[in-house]
Amino acid sequence: MSFQTDLLRASRWRPWEFVLWVAIFALPYFMPSHALLINEIAIVALFAMSLDLILGYTGIVSLGHAAFFGFGAYAAALFAKLVMPDPTVGLLFAIVVTGLLGAVASVTILRGTDLTRLMVTLGTALLLLELANKLDWLTGGADGLQGVVMGPVLGMFDFDLYGRTAAWYSMGVMLVLFLFMRRLVHSPFGATLKAIRDNRLRAMAIGIPVVSRLAVIYTVAAAVAGAAGALLSQTSGFASLDVLAFDRSADVMLMLVIGGVGWLYGGVAGAVVFKLLQNYLSTVTPQYWMFWIGLILVLLVLVGRDRLFHPWRLLAGRAGKTGAKA
Amino acid sequence: MLTILFDGIAYGMLLFVLAVGFAVTLGLMNFINLAHGAFAMAGGYLTVYAMRDFGIPFLACLPLAFIVVALLGALLERTLYRPMYGKPHLDQVLFSIGLAFMAVAAIDYFVGSSQQNLQLPAWLSGRTEIGDGAWTLGMGHYRIFIIAVCALLTVVLQLILSRTRFGSRLRAAVDDPRVASGLGINVNVVFLLTFAVGSGLAGLGGALGAEFLGMDPTFPLKYMIYFLIVVSVGGTSSITGPLLAALLLGIADVAGKYYIPKMGAFTVYLLMIVILMWRPQGLFTRKGAK
Repeated sequence: MSFQTDLLRASRWRPWEFVLWVAIFALPYFMPSHALLINEIAIVALFAMSLDLILGYTGIVSLGHAAFFGFGAYAAALFAKLVMPDPTVGLLFAIVVTGLLGAVASVTILRGTDLTRLMVTLGTALLLLELANKLDWLTGGADGLQGVVMGPVLGMFDFDLYGRTAAWYSMGVMLVLFLFMRRLVHSPFGATLKAIRDNRLRAMAIGIPVVSRLAVIYTVAAAVAGAAGALLSQTSGFASLDVLAFDRSADVMLMLVIGGVGWLYGGVAGAVVFKLLQNYLSTVTPQYWMFWIGLILVLLVLVGRDRLFHPWRLLAGRAGKTGAKA
Repeated sequence: MLTILFDGIAYGMLLFVLAVGFAVTLGLMNFINLAHGAFAMAGGYLTVYAMRDFGIPFLACLPLAFIVVALLGALLERTLYRPMYGKPHLDQVLFSIGLAFMAVAAIDYFVGSSQQNLQLPAWLSGRTEIGDGAWTLGMGHYRIFIIAVCALLTVVLQLILSRTRFGSRLRAAVDDPRVASGLGINVNVVFLLTFAVGSGLAGLGGALGAEFLGMDPTFPLKYMIYFLIVVSVGGTSSITGPLLAALLLGIADVAGKYYIPKMGAFTVYLLMIVILMWRPQGLFTRKGAK
C-alpha cells in the first residue's frame, strides 16, 4: 500500500502551487509594460512542458519538437485567415490537427535507438520546414504568413497593443493544459510512462502496452506543442518559418534541461530563466546570443545538470536520485 | 543523366570523408558528436585563409587542414570530450550542440557571416565532356579530383582498418570496449587517435568542399543532418556502410534537386525517414542495433 500512498502524495496539490499560479496571473497587472515578454514566456513554458511529456516522462529524445509547434502556429494562422478569426475555435482546430500529425509521426519513434529517434524527429521537423518554405502560395514561404487578424477572445476581450489580453489568454490556455498534463502524469497512465522510461524491457514484461503508450503520449505532446504554437501565431498575428527552425527545438530542450526534466514546473522555470537570459544577453551582445546558449549548454553538461541547479540535493545526500535518464 | 550521376558520386564521396569520423566516434565510444561539422568548418576556413592571405597552394592546404584540425580534435578530445563518454545520450546531444553553437557564433564574430569563396587553381577549374546526346558525361575537373582523393582515402582507410595492427585494435574496441581493454588494448589511446583522425578527415573534407558546399558560419548545423543521415542509414559497424549510404545520399540529393527542384531537400528527408522506419538499425548492417 505504501507505493500507492507515495504516488497519491506526489499528485496532491501543494499550497505553494496555488500561490504560484495566482502570482503568475497577477503579473500582467503589476508589470503591464512587460506583458509581451510574459506572453512569450507563457507560450514557451507550455511548449517546454509538452516536450517534458515525451523527454522527461517517457524518455524519448527529440530534436524536432518544433515540428509540432510550427505546425500548430501555421494551422492557427491559416485558420484565422481563411476560415474564421475567433481565437478559441482556431486554437481547438490547431490542437486537433497537430494531434493528428503527432499520431502519424508517432509511428516513426516507436522503434530504434536514441540515435534513430534523434534522426527521425529532426527529419520530421526539417521536412515540415521545407514544406512550409516550398508551399509559398499557402504559407507565404520565406516572407512568412502575414495579414492574420484575430477576433476578440471569447467574443469579449480584444487583443491590445501592449499584449495584456494576449498574456492572459496564453496563461489561461497554459493553465488549462497544465491541469490536464498534471492529471495525466500522475495517473496510472503516467506511471506506466515512467516505467517505460526507466526500463522498456521490464515495462513490456509486466504487461504495459509500450507501443500504444508511446503513440498516445507522443500524440498528446504534439497536440500541446501545437497549442503553444497556435498561441504564438494568434497573439503575434504572424507565422514565419522560424517557428519550425532547428534552433527552436534546441532552445526548448535547453529550457527544459535548465528547469529540470521529469517535472512539469521545470518547463515553466526553464522558460522564465531562458527568456530573461535571452532578453538580457541579446541586449548586451545582439548577434552572439547563440554563443551564450552554446556556452550554457556545455557548462551545464560538464558541471552536471544536477549539481548546477539542485546543489541542495547534493547537500541532502540524495545525489543519486537524478530526475531522468534519457 | 550521367553527369548527374557523376556529380552525385562526387558529392557522396565528399560527404563520406566528412562523416566517417562521426561514424567511427559513434561506433567506438557510443558518442553522438553533433559538433562534428564544426571541425569540417574549421578545415574549410583554414584553407580559405591559408590560400588567400598566405598564398599557400591549394594542394599544400589539404594536408595542412588535415593536420591542424586533427591536432585541434585531439586537444578537444583530451580536455572536453573525455568526460562525456559515459553520459546519457541526452547529455551528449546537449553538449555537442552547445559546442556547435559556440563554433557558429565564434566564426560569425571573427570572420563575419558572409559566404567565403575559394579561388581554385586553374588546372582544377576546367571541364571535360565525353559522349553526346542524352548520355553526355560532363565532368568538372574539380569533381574528378574530389572523387580521386576521396577514393584514395577510402582505400587507405580500409587498408588501415583491415591490415594493420592499429586497425584490428580499433575493430576490437568497436566490437566490445571492455573486453578489448581487458586484453591489454589501451582503448583510450585508440580512441584519442581515432578521434583525431576523424576530425582531421572532417577538416580535409571541409577544405575539399569549401568551394563545392559553400563555407559560411552555419555550416555545422546545415550539414549536421547529412552526417546523421549517412550514419543512421549506413550503420557504424563498418566503413563500407557509411560509404554506400553517403553515395546513395549524394546521388539522391543531386538527382532530387535536378529533377524535382520544387521539392528541394524534401526528397532526401523523406527517403531517410522511410528507410529508418523500415530498418531502424540502418540499411547496411547485418546485426541489430546495439
